[in-house]
Amino acid sequence: MSTESAVGGGTPSTAPNPVNRERRYFLIGATATVGGVGAVGAAIPFVQSWMPSAKARAAGAPVTLDIGKLRPGEMLGPIPAWRGKPVFVVRRSDETVAHLEQADPNLADPDSSNPEMQPEYARNPWRSRRPEIGIYLGLCTHLGCSPKFYGAVQPESFDANWQGGFFCPCHGSRFDLAGRVVKAVPAPDNLEVPPYRFASENTVVIGEDEETA
Amino acid sequence: MEQTQQAKGAIPRLWGGLVDWADARFPATETWDYHLAKYYAPKNHNFWYLMGWLAMVILANQLITGIWLTMSYVPSDEGAFASVEYIMRDVEFGWLLRYLHSTGASAFFVIVYLHMFRGLMYGSYRKPRELLWLIGMAIFVALMAEGFFGYLLPWGNMSYWAAQVIISLFGAIPYIGPDLMEWIRGDFLVSEITLNRFFALHVVALPLVLVGLVFVHLVALHHVGSTAPDGADIKKHKDATGKPLDGIPFWPYTVTHDVHATVVFLFIFCAAVFYAPEMGGYFLEKPNFEMANPLKTPEHIVPVWYYTPFYAMLRAATYPLFGVPAKFWGLVVMAGAIAIPALLPWLDRSPVASIRSKGLASKWMLGLFVVSFVILGYLGITPPSPVATAAAQVFTVLYFAYFVLMPWYTRVEKTKPPPERVTTR
Repeated sequence: MSTESAVGGGTPSTAPNPVNRERRYFLIGATATVGGVGAVGAAIPFVQSWMPSAKARAAGAPVTLDIGKLRPGEMLGPIPAWRGKPVFVVRRSDETVAHLEQADPNLADPDSSNPEMQPEYARNPWRSRRPEIGIYLGLCTHLGCSPKFYGAVQPESFDANWQGGFFCPCHGSRFDLAGRVVKAVPAPDNLEVPPYRFASENTVVIGEDEETA
Repeated sequence: MEQTQQAKGAIPRLWGGLVDWADARFPATETWDYHLAKYYAPKNHNFWYLMGWLAMVILANQLITGIWLTMSYVPSDEGAFASVEYIMRDVEFGWLLRYLHSTGASAFFVIVYLHMFRGLMYGSYRKPRELLWLIGMAIFVALMAEGFFGYLLPWGNMSYWAAQVIISLFGAIPYIGPDLMEWIRGDFLVSEITLNRFFALHVVALPLVLVGLVFVHLVALHHVGSTAPDGADIKKHKDATGKPLDGIPFWPYTVTHDVHATVVFLFIFCAAVFYAPEMGGYFLEKPNFEMANPLKTPEHIVPVWYYTPFYAMLRAATYPLFGVPAKFWGLVVMAGAIAIPALLPWLDRSPVASIRSKGLASKWMLGLFVVSFVILGYLGITPPSPVATAAAQVFTVLYFAYFVLMPWYTRVEKTKPPPERVTTR
C-alpha cells in the first residue's frame, strides 16, 4: 500500500490522507463494470425496437389464391402473397415436368440440398407439392431483385439453349422452371419455396402449411 | 495608449467593451485568434486546398435545403412519392430546394473525392496528421451512409430496389445475415417501416454525427496545421514574434481566396441546378420517376454515380471461396475498398510527403489508382457482361495494388528532398 496525501480532500496539513490504490482501482473497476452492464441493458430496447413490429408480423398472414384459371406454361404473379414478398405461381406442362425430372448437369443444386430454401415436401425434382404447380418466392437469392418469367422453350439473348425459367435482369442469374439455379451465375441458391398447402383442387394457401398452421 | 483609446469613435469603443464583456465569460477572442486570425496556412496553397472549404459550403447547403424539404415531405409509403411531386409542383420554389439538395449530394461527393485525392497527392495523412485522416475517413463513411438513407426517401422504384439490393448485401454475412436484414428493414421486405427509420437516420442521426465529425476534423486540423503542396513545413521558419514566415493567417487572407473560389464553384453548381438537375439520369435516375413497386424490379439497377466504383468491385467478386458464397466476398471487397485508405498513414514508408518529391513509382501508382477508380465508376454503371466483369476484376486488383504495394514502392524509389521553404510555382 502506498501512502500519498490526497489532493483537495480533508485537512492534509494535520492528517495526511493515505490513498488506498488497490481499493480505488477496485471501485473504479466495479463501477465501470456495473455501469457497462447497465448501458448494455439500456441499449436493448433501442436495438429491439428495430425488429419487425407486431403490425409487420401480422401483415405476414397467409394468403389464399384461386389457381383454377392458370393454364399450363403460364405464371400467376408476381403477387404480394407471403409477407408482402412477390410470389410466383406457375403451372407446368407435362413436357416441362418430364424435363425437370431429367438430370441436368448445368444446375448448381439439382437435388435441393439446402434445407433452408424449401420445406421438406418441396424437396423433389420439381420442388413443389404437385409436379405441375410450382410456387416460388420471386426474389433472386443473390441480392433480392425480382427475376423475370421467361416460360417458353426458345433461344433467349442470355441463353441460346433456354429451356424456360426465370432470369434476373440485375446481375444475370438464371433459374429453371422449378426455381433451381444454374451454375456459374451470381445467385448462390435455388429460389426459396414459401410454406403453402392446397385447401382444395384449385385453392392454394400461401404462407402456412400443416406444420405452421 | 490613453490617447489612441480616446481617439477611437463611439462604436469601436462600444464594440471593444462588448468583446471585453464576452471574453470575461466565454473564450471569444481566444477562439477567434486560435482558429482564424492567428491560424497560419502555407501561402502557396493551390486549387486542391479549396476542397475542404467547399465541402463546408455544400454541407451548409445540404443542411438548410434539407430542413426546408422536411417541412413538406411525408415519410409514408402512400405519401412519400406524392409529397416529392408536391414539392416539385405546388410548393413555392420547392423545385429549387429539391434540386439544390439532390445536386448538392452529387457535388458533395465530387468535392470530397477531390479533397481525398489532395490527401493522396500531398501525403496529408502522414505523421502528425494520422488522426486528422482517420476522422476524415469516418466522415466519408458517414457521408456514404447519409447518401444511401436519403436515396430511399423519394420512394421511387430505383430508390426501393437499390435499398433492397444494398440491404441484401448484409444477408451475405454467414449465420447472422438473414436476421440482420430483417433487423435493418424492420420488416420482411423494404416497406414503410424501413422508409420511416431511414428518414429518422437521414434527417436527424447522421447529420448530427456528420456535423460532430466535421467539428473534430477542424479541431484536429488546427492542432497540427495544413500541409504545403511541396511538402515544406512552415513551422520550421518563424520570425522574431513566432509567426511562420511562409504562412498567412486564415483570417482575412485564406478566407478571401476561399470566398473567391466559392463564387466560381457556385457558378458551376448553379449551372447544374438550373440547366441539368437530372444530369442525364446520373444525378436523378430515370426509374425513380416511377413510384416504388415491390413486385417490379427496374430492368437495370444502378446506384447513383458516386457509389459505382465500389459497386463495380462488389460485382467483380464472382468466385466462392472457403465454402462461402461469392456474394459475401463481394461485400468484403467492397467494404475493404472503402476502408483501406484508412491504413495509408502506416502504408506510406516514403521519407517525403508530397508527390512532387516522391519518385516515379509513386507517381505511376497514383495515376493508375485514379484511372482504376474512374474506370470502375464507369463499369459500375454498365449492365453486367463477361467483358465488364473481367475488366472490373483487373481494375479492382489495380485499385488495391496502390495500397498493398505502397510499403514496398515508397521505400525502394528515389526521392528528392522537400524544399526548406515553400515554393510558389
